[in-house]
Amino acid sequence: MTLADARARAPRLAVAQADPDADERLMLRLAAFCEQFTPLVALDPPCGLMLDATGCAHLFGGDAAMRTCILQAMARLSFTGRATVAGTPDSARALARFGQERVTPPGEDENFTRPLAIAALEAKKETSVALTRAGLTTLGDLADRSSAALTARFGAETMRRLTRILGREDARITPLRPLPDCMVERRFAEPFLDLSAIENVLRPLIAEAMGILERRGEGGRAFEARFFRTDGAVASLRFETGAPSRNVEALLRLFRLKADSLADPLDPGFGFDVIRFCVLNAETLAQGQIGFARQGAQEGDVADLVDRLAARFGRERVLRFAAHETHDPVRAASYVYAASPSQTNPWLKPELGEPPLRPLFLFDPPHPIDTMAETPDGPPMHFNWRRVRHMIARAEGPERIAPEWWRNAVGRDRRTRDYYRLEDREGHRFWVFREGLYESETAAPRWFLHGLFA
Amino acid sequence: MTQPLASLRKSLACAYPATFCETIALGAPSLDRRLGGGILRAALHEAYAETAADAPAATGFALALARRAIAGEQKPLLWARQEALTAESGAPYPPGLADIGLDPAAVAFIRVRDAKEALQAGAEAGRCATVGATLIELFGEARAYDLTASRRLALAAAAAGGPIFVTRIAASPAPSAAASRWLVRAAPSRALAANAPGSAAFAIFLLRQRGGAAGQEQHAWRVEWNRDRGAFEDRTFDASSLSGPVASLPAGGTPGEGAPQRAGRKFG
Repeated sequence: MTLADARARAPRLAVAQADPDADERLMLRLAAFCEQFTPLVALDPPCGLMLDATGCAHLFGGDAAMRTCILQAMARLSFTGRATVAGTPDSARALARFGQERVTPPGEDENFTRPLAIAALEAKKETSVALTRAGLTTLGDLADRSSAALTARFGAETMRRLTRILGREDARITPLRPLPDCMVERRFAEPFLDLSAIENVLRPLIAEAMGILERRGEGGRAFEARFFRTDGAVASLRFETGAPSRNVEALLRLFRLKADSLADPLDPGFGFDVIRFCVLNAETLAQGQIGFARQGAQEGDVADLVDRLAARFGRERVLRFAAHETHDPVRAASYVYAASPSQTNPWLKPELGEPPLRPLFLFDPPHPIDTMAETPDGPPMHFNWRRVRHMIARAEGPERIAPEWWRNAVGRDRRTRDYYRLEDREGHRFWVFREGLYESETAAPRWFLHGLFA
Repeated sequence: MTQPLASLRKSLACAYPATFCETIALGAPSLDRRLGGGILRAALHEAYAETAADAPAATGFALALARRAIAGEQKPLLWARQEALTAESGAPYPPGLADIGLDPAAVAFIRVRDAKEALQAGAEAGRCATVGATLIELFGEARAYDLTASRRLALAAAAAGGPIFVTRIAASPAPSAAASRWLVRAAPSRALAANAPGSAAFAIFLLRQRGGAAGQEQHAWRVEWNRDRGAFEDRTFDASSLSGPVASLPAGGTPGEGAPQRAGRKFG
């Protein structure tokens, strides 16, 4: 029907542009909401959700009760839906869309799906037309035929769909989120409203999860607290630790920091139905010996501090220095996340009696400077940087640092650098270099300020 | 009169742990004598860069103090630096840290967006007893660093027993709860052979020391950081080695309180 026809019939029709992206966002939110029923939820485009209820149904009192529970929850959010429970995802989808809504008893998928119309195959239009013309109207008709002939005529894809709908072949769903290593939750008879008491809920939850991990000999690295609101919104808070941890108080502190740093604070709205705590990633953690291990405990404290800072400022801001074996001053050091695994490269010890040869601060990229030198290959007499002229009182150099030719990408121009340590009359110390060897590499070498000494 | 005072002292000594009056010696006897043994370990200390160009000097001075604070301990230094400073004076370069005697492996570095975050990170680290020293670098007239914030840091340092250093770049000295406040300027080094620049040298002015002797005593020095000994050396009157006039008046006028002016009168 065209829009004009529709308007002619119903003049007060409200019209909106189709917005597939918004639809998908809505489905994703609903999927997140449905994670309170089972952790394995997948989108079933265009407008379905697939829940893997294996091992979850008994928590709700069986398949039928779980189905009712989900439909009621959807109704509270003003969604009407069709829901079926079946042995395989494909038969559940076919039954929900083209059959009766009900719960298929285990192993009965084929009996229930046989009466479905050919449309349930959701095949291409010409395929369904051809099948109907051949007098095949239900899936049962199709199932009785020799599959070799049907495959030859309609393609393997159609036949695979058929076997899946009939429940002869099972396919796993791909859940939106991977299954956490460990998951504990609290359900509330009444929506939970009191944010100030949230830690009273979380503490036993975390303790329970840590108990599970302890029995497995594991500690968590990545954690998530999820708050399922009555109105369907799901808030999620993730935090990580640098080393596997089972420390309930430390995790609570991380949670607190993370919650404080949220741009939009945790809002209970009309209350939380479910609060869940997941350990997303667990690693082996041996039983720690309590007492006597003073040194170990202290290291732990610093690791805790790094975790707390990373939770508040982000991992990319809490750093330590890593050494690299290269003579290229820029590549010799890098910043890595403070809790990343220990590096093996040692830092070079300065030689006794030498002044500092490397600057305390480095500019990246180096700042171009205007210099005046006595000789083309000598140190500058003075240079201008940031509109200030620095008269050089002391100088040492050059320290010639050639580019690492084995790293030179084709066409990348990297020239030899002659580094000088300079000190101006006020006592500021600089690390400058001249790029390019005079005459052999460049006619007019340029000068750069690369770093500052203390 | 002395009787009640002595008993009061005794009770105070009991009330506070020994770390409360433990000091970090700077390593130069003349300075330490003036400072009463050094700067307090469990306290907040400030180093102001005299001009923005002296930022590396102020940070270097604070790092050297931190180096003395954590010497001989297996404790890390936590360094929170405001991101704006990267454009101003560059990013910390670990080999340079090693060159002033700090082990880069013992440094945790936190890059923060603004002064508020720097103070948060610093306070968090300062409260941690296993952090050997904390360095917070602030840029500009940071409003977040007020009397309350500095008091908070001072309390954190007192509770955890490790020093907290705050370096301030492009800011004028303001009242705070710091136990000592320094104004730092780069100073010409002692030339090595062939007129090469030598070890890091600083002109430092003690603007304030809590409980220190007031006013008339010396409070300006020219010090050199000896990395191999891990100690400062007093070069104030080492005229032969330090070329140029020993002028103590800040070059670009006197920022703030006027203590540097006193310093100027002393030498100028």
